[in-house]
Amino acid sequence: MAKKLMKGCEAVAEAAIQAGCRFFFGYPITPQNDIPEYMSARLPKVGGCFLQAESEVAAINMVYGASGSGARVMTSSSSPGVSLKMEGISYLAAAELPCVIVNMMRGGPGLGSIQASQGDYFQTTKGGGHGDYHVIALAPSSVQEAIDLMQDAFDLADVYRTPVMMLADGIIGQMMEPVEFHPAESKRVLPEKTWAAKGWDAASGRPRAIINSLYIETEELQELNDRLQARYDAIKANETRCELYNCDNAEIILTAYGTISRICKSAIALAAQEGIKVGLVRPITIWPFPTQEVHDVICAPNVKAALNVEVSAGQMLEDVRLAVNGEKTVEFLGRPGSFVPTAEDILNRIKEMRRA
Amino acid sequence: MATIFKKTPVLTDTIMHYCPGCGHGIVHRLVAEVIDELGIADRAIGVVPVGCAVFGYKYFNIDVMEAAHGRAPAVATGIKRVHPDSIVFTYQGDGDLASIGAAEIVHAAHRGEKITTIFINNAIYGMTGGQMAPTTLVGQKTTTSPYGRDKDHCGSPIRVAEMLATINGAAYIERTAVNSTANIIKTKRAIKNAFAAQMERKGFSLVEVLSNCPTNWGMSAVESMEWLEQNMIPYYPLGVKKEV
Amino acid sequence: MLEQNIFAGFGGQGVLLMGKLLAEAGMFEGREVTWLPSYGPEMRGGTANCSVVISDEPVASPIVTRATTVVAMNEPSLDKFESCVLPGGKLFINSSIIGKKATRTDIDVYYVPCNEIADELGNSKVINLVMLGAYIAKTKCVEFESVLDALLETLGERKAHLIPLNREALNKGAASIE
Repeated sequence: MAKKLMKGCEAVAEAAIQAGCRFFFGYPITPQNDIPEYMSARLPKVGGCFLQAESEVAAINMVYGASGSGARVMTSSSSPGVSLKMEGISYLAAAELPCVIVNMMRGGPGLGSIQASQGDYFQTTKGGGHGDYHVIALAPSSVQEAIDLMQDAFDLADVYRTPVMMLADGIIGQMMEPVEFHPAESKRVLPEKTWAAKGWDAASGRPRAIINSLYIETEELQELNDRLQARYDAIKANETRCELYNCDNAEIILTAYGTISRICKSAIALAAQEGIKVGLVRPITIWPFPTQEVHDVICAPNVKAALNVEVSAGQMLEDVRLAVNGEKTVEFLGRPGSFVPTAEDILNRIKEMRRA
Repeated sequence: MATIFKKTPVLTDTIMHYCPGCGHGIVHRLVAEVIDELGIADRAIGVVPVGCAVFGYKYFNIDVMEAAHGRAPAVATGIKRVHPDSIVFTYQGDGDLASIGAAEIVHAAHRGEKITTIFINNAIYGMTGGQMAPTTLVGQKTTTSPYGRDKDHCGSPIRVAEMLATINGAAYIERTAVNSTANIIKTKRAIKNAFAAQMERKGFSLVEVLSNCPTNWGMSAVESMEWLEQNMIPYYPLGVKKEV
Repeated sequence: MLEQNIFAGFGGQGVLLMGKLLAEAGMFEGREVTWLPSYGPEMRGGTANCSVVISDEPVASPIVTRATTVVAMNEPSLDKFESCVLPGGKLFINSSIIGKKATRTDIDVYYVPCNEIADELGNSKVINLVMLGAYIAKTKCVEFESVLDALLETLGERKAHLIPLNREALNKGAASIE
């Protein structure tokens, strides 16, 4: 199939449709409006339904209703809007409902800016909403990868009965790159949604569908939490993904996710021109975090130190440091807001680290 | 032997947790009977709220979803869009619907969402312990208006049925009460009309049911019915507010 | 090949489209490409701009801060991006509306009177294609026909009759700096 030049937001939307998503509920916010706009044009043509909700709060609860009804459903937003969805995401996690949520991050806190940022890492990976839950969080670094991850996101959601979040920065959303769509052929065995509400025929033999997150008895709530935690353990064991780039014999290891990892690759090329060997560990799943891989690469004998690069005040930094657990120094380059570091900034920091 | 009373099969055998004298049990039964009589039990999907009716999923013998506080109309929207042939209803109290969920109910009506809402107005937050609701009457004492609701401080009670009747997407809006046998019979008829409007795909439908809360009003069941009659009905007039 | 370009100008000058056509043309010719519209603090200051990378290898950073080529369609863009050109790189200036000259001496500078040429062609909208013609003549990173293929994708068959005009714009732009 010929490649097509496509904007990240539109590519994500098309990938979702090709993955069988037929329901989209959302609310406008920059810089992700191309997703709902694309969905509003395409979904009616494939027998689906696009609905612009009155708020992000309503949108995520429409997702709850549609998911509880057994549909493949998604919503998208950008940072402030995702904050509003957090209540609903906690309920979705507790009710064990699959869905996909896209966050095209913008600068924060507050209304912030509409420029690219990575300030929502904590919100995404450490809960965001209330209670002991996680979402599987996928962090693409290119438009093509966003497509590929999107197609698996719905399967992951169904297999583990959990919300899946795609956490991308605004650059991924606004950038155009050549892409191809592969026929969506699931490699996973998808469980039948016997739990879904669709109207109950007592004679059918299936139990009545109750989609619920209220467990008023301590023991029952404990049971839910045990079930969720066991599932999270399985996700950690089976679904952790990362890219290792140029790590063999590297003396400095960079850690970064999303578009910023590509700026790191440019910095690695610049460093190579000066004879400095630098590698990169790029988490593709930021939850589950590739703790073991990050540890093993950074703690290899040839590595002097690591540098974590983020457009934040240092959020993924904490997970990298936990993975390394004090065995090596992990430095930080980044600023909160929307200032994206340049390859030269990263190279200069690498040189400083070597001098130290 | 003659059958004098038969419980509708659309209610489970679970014993309800409602306080003695509370109107919720009556309305649950009316909703269940209507679903049974309309022959839609196998395609009815309920959405229950946060509030006293939070355990509704234990009582309605159909597929049910439990929604976050105030979000039942949004959840119902998601269900109805996936299963357009199902009959979807929300069951919500006044804190849930008229306060935290005001946006969701207004916009479900505004979209003409083909769902039915059963709205219990008992002028108070029940589950959380008798706090002031948007529907609490002026002068009424609650645990957060201990000197009586002062309209200069927190406004006058909101009339949901009249407000929603102004919205084009609303097809059937009626206010009823469950303080007397006659009114209970009228409430059942209203609920049936509301479901019928949905079945005919006319648009959004809602029945606001004035009910009592003897526990949080600090009255006996009988006193609460009298109080409802004397205080609530004059402020919240009964009747059909909209029918298309 | 690794072409890291910044196209900048006023909104309405077709700057973003110029970059997109180049990226798409590059893709048609089997290159790796990225197109990124103004996205960052640099979008302030009256310029619309985009970064376009064309490469034989997968593109690392899609954000261009050190450019092999800068195209400035108006004066604020020249002021802003002249310093971004790598030594030995190229700078294209729309001399129709930019009165001043470049200050750099370590780069190749080309002056293209885009507006005059477009006016001669009878359509002021094609200033971007005029400039693209000059850009391609010097960088040789894609063929004109690939750009026109990309333009056809954007215009759709209904507006296919505009292709000859745009081909002429590319040719005139190229000719203007020979």
